[in-house]
Amino acid sequence: MGKTMEKVSHPAWMNFNSGHWEKNIDVRDFIQKNYTLYTGDESFLEDATEATDQLWEQVMQLTKEERENGGVYDLDTEIVSTITSHKAGYLNQSTEKIVGVQTDVPFKRSMQPYGGIRMAKAALESYGYELNEEVERIFTDYRKTHNQGVFDAYTPEMKLARKVGIITGLPDAYGRGRIIGDYRRVALYGVNFLIEGKKEELNSLSGKMSEEVIRLREEIAEQIRALAELKQLGSIYGFDISEPAKNATEAFQWLYFGYLAAIKEQNGAAMSLGRVSTFLDIYIERDLANGTLSEQSVQELVDHFIMKLRLVKFARTPDYNDLFSGDPTWVTESIGGVGVDGRPLVTKSSFRFLHTLKNLGPAPEPNLTVLWSPSLPEPFKHYCAKMSIDTSSVQYENDEIMRPEYGDDYGIACCVSAMEIGKQMQFFGARANIAKALLYAINGGVDEKMKIDVVPGIEPITSEYLDYDEVKKNYDVVLDWLADLYINTLNIIHFMHDKYSYERIEMALHDKEIRRTMATGIAGLSVAADSLSAMKHAKVKVIRDEDGLAVDYEIEGDYPQYGNDDDLVDDIAKDLVIKFSKMLKKHETYRNAETTMSILTITSNVVYGKKTGNTPDGRKDGEPFAPGANPLHGRDKKGALASLNSVAKMPYEHSLDGISNTFSIVPKALGKEEDVQKANLSAILDGYSEKQGHHLNINVFNRSTLLDAMEHPEEYPQLTIRVSGYAVNFIKLTREQQIDVINRTFHESM
Amino acid sequence: MEGRIHSVETSGMVDGPGIRYVIFTQGCLLRCQYCHNPDSWDRDGGEMRSVSSLVEDIKKYLPYMKHSNGGVTVSGGEPLLQLDFLIELFKECKKIGIHTTIDSSGGCYSTGADFQIKFKELLTYTDLFLVDVKHIDDSKHRKLTGVSNKHILEFAKKLSEEKVPVWIRHVLVPGVSDNEEDLANLSSFISTLSNVNKVEVLPYHKMGVYKWKELGLTYPLEGVESPTEQEVNRAKTLLNAK
Repeated sequence: MGKTMEKVSHPAWMNFNSGHWEKNIDVRDFIQKNYTLYTGDESFLEDATEATDQLWEQVMQLTKEERENGGVYDLDTEIVSTITSHKAGYLNQSTEKIVGVQTDVPFKRSMQPYGGIRMAKAALESYGYELNEEVERIFTDYRKTHNQGVFDAYTPEMKLARKVGIITGLPDAYGRGRIIGDYRRVALYGVNFLIEGKKEELNSLSGKMSEEVIRLREEIAEQIRALAELKQLGSIYGFDISEPAKNATEAFQWLYFGYLAAIKEQNGAAMSLGRVSTFLDIYIERDLANGTLSEQSVQELVDHFIMKLRLVKFARTPDYNDLFSGDPTWVTESIGGVGVDGRPLVTKSSFRFLHTLKNLGPAPEPNLTVLWSPSLPEPFKHYCAKMSIDTSSVQYENDEIMRPEYGDDYGIACCVSAMEIGKQMQFFGARANIAKALLYAINGGVDEKMKIDVVPGIEPITSEYLDYDEVKKNYDVVLDWLADLYINTLNIIHFMHDKYSYERIEMALHDKEIRRTMATGIAGLSVAADSLSAMKHAKVKVIRDEDGLAVDYEIEGDYPQYGNDDDLVDDIAKDLVIKFSKMLKKHETYRNAETTMSILTITSNVVYGKKTGNTPDGRKDGEPFAPGANPLHGRDKKGALASLNSVAKMPYEHSLDGISNTFSIVPKALGKEEDVQKANLSAILDGYSEKQGHHLNINVFNRSTLLDAMEHPEEYPQLTIRVSGYAVNFIKLTREQQIDVINRTFHESM
Repeated sequence: MEGRIHSVETSGMVDGPGIRYVIFTQGCLLRCQYCHNPDSWDRDGGEMRSVSSLVEDIKKYLPYMKHSNGGVTVSGGEPLLQLDFLIELFKECKKIGIHTTIDSSGGCYSTGADFQIKFKELLTYTDLFLVDVKHIDDSKHRKLTGVSNKHILEFAKKLSEEKVPVWIRHVLVPGVSDNEEDLANLSSFISTLSNVNKVEVLPYHKMGVYKWKELGLTYPLEGVESPTEQEVNRAKTLLNAK
C-alpha cells in the first residue's frame, strides 16, 4: 500500500521489531521482521486439553445429528445474514477460547439471498424448509440479485452453452468466492486504523468521475461501512476490536472476527483463510517469552481456532452439491513456503496447525495446504509426510514455481489458485469442457447428446477414419469460438457479482489497487489428449447414427496414453493447454483482469463425464473424466512417478491458476518402515517440485478402507480423502462419486 | 546392447533404499510356488530394450532418486541371466552417479569361468545385492522352487568374500517357509556372512495369483493365507531382521 499514516507505535506492538509495517498496512513486512524460524521436529507438540476434547465431542455429536437429519442440522429461514444480523452463538461459552459462529446456533446455516433468491429458496426447500414470505417478496419485488442480473444480460448462445454443458459450474447462481481478505490486518492494526486508511483512499479518488472511479468510490464507501459493522460484530461477542490485538489470544480472535464477518455476508464457493499461522506465531512467541502462555495453552488456542473453521457451513442446492460434493467451504490455509530472502517461513505454529489433525482427528476443513519447497527444513517435511500418511488431509503446492510469480506472502484460494494476500483477487470462472469441444469438432458443432447445433460455421468430419490433422483444424475453430464465448460469459457474471453481491468486508481487507485475474479453467484434458493421440498414433474408426452423427469410436491398435511420461502424448496435452490459454487471453475482460487458466475439476469431473458422449480415446458415454490434470484412471501404467512426470509437464506459466493432481498410494508401497515411508513421500514431493509440478493431493490408504466406509459410513465419521484440489469427508460424497474415487489409480507396487 | 525386459516400475520403494526405478527382466530358471511374476519366467518373452533407451528413461526420475538416496534396481525374472546387459546398464548408471542394485535369487549362479569373469566385472558397478534365500533346507528348496539351493548359497558366500553389501530377503509362507528350525538354520547361515546390511522378511501375499490363472497355470499354494503380523514378527526375531 503506497500511502502513509502518521501514527505513534502502539502499545500493543511492544517488543515487536519496527518497520515499514508500523506506519503503513504491510503485514508481510511485519512477518519478515518478526517471525522466528523453527528448524526442529515435532517433539514439542502438546496433546488436546480436556476442554478441547469435550468441545470436539460436542461437534461430533452435532455432526452425527446433521447426518441423521439428511445433511443439515438447521437452516435459517427468517433472517437475511449480514455481518451483524445474529446475536452471539456458542458451543460452550465457558470453555471455548475462540468465539463466534455464523448464526446464533452452531451448525445452523445462514440465509444468503444476494447471489440469487431462487437458489436460496431452492436450498431451503431441498431440505424441507420454507423461505420466509416477506424475505422472498423483498428479494423478488424490490431487490434484484446477482443471479437475475446475469440472466438479464446472458445471450441465447451463453444460455445454450450452459445447457449443453460445454461450460459448466459457472458462478452465476451462487457466490463466486475465491477472494481472500487479509484477515491478519484486523489483528495487527485494529479496525479503526483500517477505517482511517480506507477513508484516505476514498478521499484520494477525486477529479473526473469516470465509471471506474465512481464504482471504486462506491465500493470503498461500502468497505468502510462493512468495517464499522465488523467492529459491531466484535461487540456482539463482548470485544472491542477497534484497536490492535494485545496478545496471541486476541490476535486469533480479532483475525477470526474478520473471517467470520466475511462468511456471514458471503457464501462464496471458496472462502479461504489465507496464510495466518506464521503471522500468529509472532504473537505466540511473544506471549511464550513473557510467560503468559504455555505450550499447552497455545495448542489449545490453535485447536479451538481450527475447530471454528471446521464449523463453517453454507446452505447449498442439490445441483451445487453434484458439482462440488461433500459440503466443501475451502477454508484454505497455506502453511510453510520459503521467503524471497531464502529463509523458510516455517514456525512452530506451522506444526501446531497441522497437529490439529491429530488432536481433533482428520478433517477436510480447513483445507491445509503446505507450500512445498525442497529447501524447507527436513524435520518439517517429514512431519508433513507423516500427517499425510496418517490422515490424507494435506495438499501440497510448489512454492518454487509460485514464489517468482506471487512473492512470499501469497495464499491459496480454494484449491490451487495462488494470490498475493490483500493485493490480489480473482474472478472465478469455473471451467470449459475441452473434451466435449473435441466432439463438436468431429460433429460440426452439433452436441452429441442433445443433438442440437451449438457451434456455428463448421463442417462435420465425414471420413470413416478420423484424420488427426483434419480434426485438429476443426478443433481449433471450436476452441476459438469457445474461448470467446467463455470470456464474454464471465464478463457478464463478474459485472453482476460486483453490482449485486459485492464482497464488502473481504475487499475492505485489501489494498485499493488490486491485481485482478479472470480465472478460467478446463476440464477433460486427459480425455482430449488421449483422443488426439489415438487419432495420431493408432486408427480411430467412426461409428455414426442414422443422422450421420458420430456417436462412437473403434480404436485399432495401441496408442500412447497420457500419464506414462511419454512425450508423444504428453506434448499433445501440453500444446492444448498452451493453445487454449492463448486463445482465452486474446479477449478483453471485465475490469481489465489478467486472464489465467486452471486445470482443475474438483468433483465436477463426474458431472462433466455424464454430460459428454463417447470419446475417441475409448472412454464411454457418461463415464467420469479424470479429475484435474490427472491421467484417466487405469491408463497410467508405468507407476506413480511416470504419472507425476506427465502432469508436471503441463506448463504453469500458461496455467497460472493452478494444475491439480491427485495421487493415491497404499501405505506399504511407500516403504516397509514408518521412517522410510516418511522419507520417501517427502522425496516424492521434492522430486515433483524439481520437475516443476504444481499441486499434489496425497492420499495414503488402502482401497479396502474406502469400500468398507461405503458399507459402514457410521464407522468412518472423519474419514477424509483428497479429491482434485480439496479434501472431503468420504461418507458425504454421492455414491457415484465414491465409486469414481475407488476406481481411480491406487499406486500399489509392492 | 539390449536386454530382455518384462516391465519397468518407476516408483519402487520396497526393493532397496529410497525411491527406485525398477527394471524387471524377463526369464527365470526357478519356478517358485509363490512367484508373483510367473509371466516373467519365459526366457523368450518380454520385450527387447536397449541400454540407451532405458538410461534415457531413468534420467527422468533423477530428482526423486536424488532426494531419497534411491537409484536403479534390476529385478526379475532373474537378472543374472543377462550379465552382459547388466554390465552395460550399470556402467552407464554409474557414469551419472546412480546407485545400483540387483535383486536376485542367484538361481543361475555358476562357478564356471565364463560366468565368473562377467560376474566380477558386474560387481564393480553394483552397489547392493538383494539376495533372496527362498529356503535354507535343500529338499524343501527343491520342492518350493524346482531347483537346489546349492548355487544360491554359493552365490551368497561369494558376495560375502567379495565384500559386496547385501540385504538378505526371505519370503515367509505359512506352512512352507516358516518352520522354526529352518529359520534358525537360515539365521546361522546369515551369521557366517560378513556383508549383510539388512535382513528383510517379506510376508507372502496373493497379489500375483491372478497371473497364474491368466497363464492357465494351476496355483500350487491355493488356500495358503498370508502370515499374520504376529507370525511375521516371530520370523523377524528368529532372523534378527528389522
